[in-house]
Amino acid sequence: MGLLTGLKSSISRAASTLFSEEEPKRIGIYGPPNAGKTTLANRIARDWTEHGDAIGPESHVPHETRRARRKENVEIERDGKTVTIDVVDTPGVTTKVDYTEFLEHDMEKDDAVRRSREATEGVAEAMHWLREDVDGVIYVLDSSTDPFTQVNTMLIGIIESQDLPVLILANKIDLDDSSVQRIKNAFPQHETTPVSALEGDNMDEVYDKIAEYFG
Amino acid sequence: MSKMAEVKDPSEGVRIDLISGERMAGLTSMEKIRMILDGVREGNIVILEEGLSPDEESRLIEVTMTEISPDEFTGLEIETYPQSETADASFLNRLMGKQESKKLTVIGPANQIETLHKDETLIKTLVSRR
Repeated sequence: MGLLTGLKSSISRAASTLFSEEEPKRIGIYGPPNAGKTTLANRIARDWTEHGDAIGPESHVPHETRRARRKENVEIERDGKTVTIDVVDTPGVTTKVDYTEFLEHDMEKDDAVRRSREATEGVAEAMHWLREDVDGVIYVLDSSTDPFTQVNTMLIGIIESQDLPVLILANKIDLDDSSVQRIKNAFPQHETTPVSALEGDNMDEVYDKIAEYFG
Repeated sequence: MSKMAEVKDPSEGVRIDLISGERMAGLTSMEKIRMILDGVREGNIVILEEGLSPDEESRLIEVTMTEISPDEFTGLEIETYPQSETADASFLNRLMGKQESKKLTVIGPANQIETLHKDETLIKTLVSRR
């Protein structure tokens, strides 16, 4: 490395340290598989980024997202102020992956085995991000399912132990058997915001909360 | 020393290891995780008197994921009572910023243990043989 290049890079390093407070916070979207994390991430990206590109493909088959994906510099405007965050869409967290479950979704054995291997890598990656690389969490739950699961209990415990700000979303309120109250009861120590990421219902309140929690 | 019961064919039953908080206290995080995973991979049910810390739980999930392999090991089922921070911690502990972390924890192979019911005060689990 030339002297000048070296000097330039150390100046830019120093500058980035100096202005680190200005860097956008990395907000991880966490939750169990099939809660609608990617649908939410895509909704946020479409609403607030110039080209409105999707962050990742959405699917009813569990473990569609098998790599954490980051969308940088998402600028959310609220009350004349701009809150800039990096949105990190993460694979759904679980303690078990059985490839035979994918066979039920019309998948060949080889594809199912590959998907399950990638899914396990993705979960490990998500846990690593949670311990090391996120500044806040949006925890997404499917409000039509039972929230009293071990994964939810453990993840909320892990998030709380790291003192990360957490916004709990009761997603899929467009479904008939959705119950926001059930989620509120499961996590009384946190505020729960209802939403349908798919239909875009109540997204304004979600953006208000994002600005409040992570701004 | 009293004579132990005669060891029977392990396939006839399910082995349950009940591990005291005292025994766990002497182990490092990775030793705890190794002990749990080794037990579970042999098809045993591991019951921890005092459970794991959130950080250890996070690492347990991560290490479990690296060990899952098709037709051999599909992962873990873990059960603890769902705790709410406010309901759980005593006033003094909350005042001191301490969080009560001791919690009975049941861990077993995902293909042998099934949760039937769970709420803040009761866990019902069905354990099957291999």
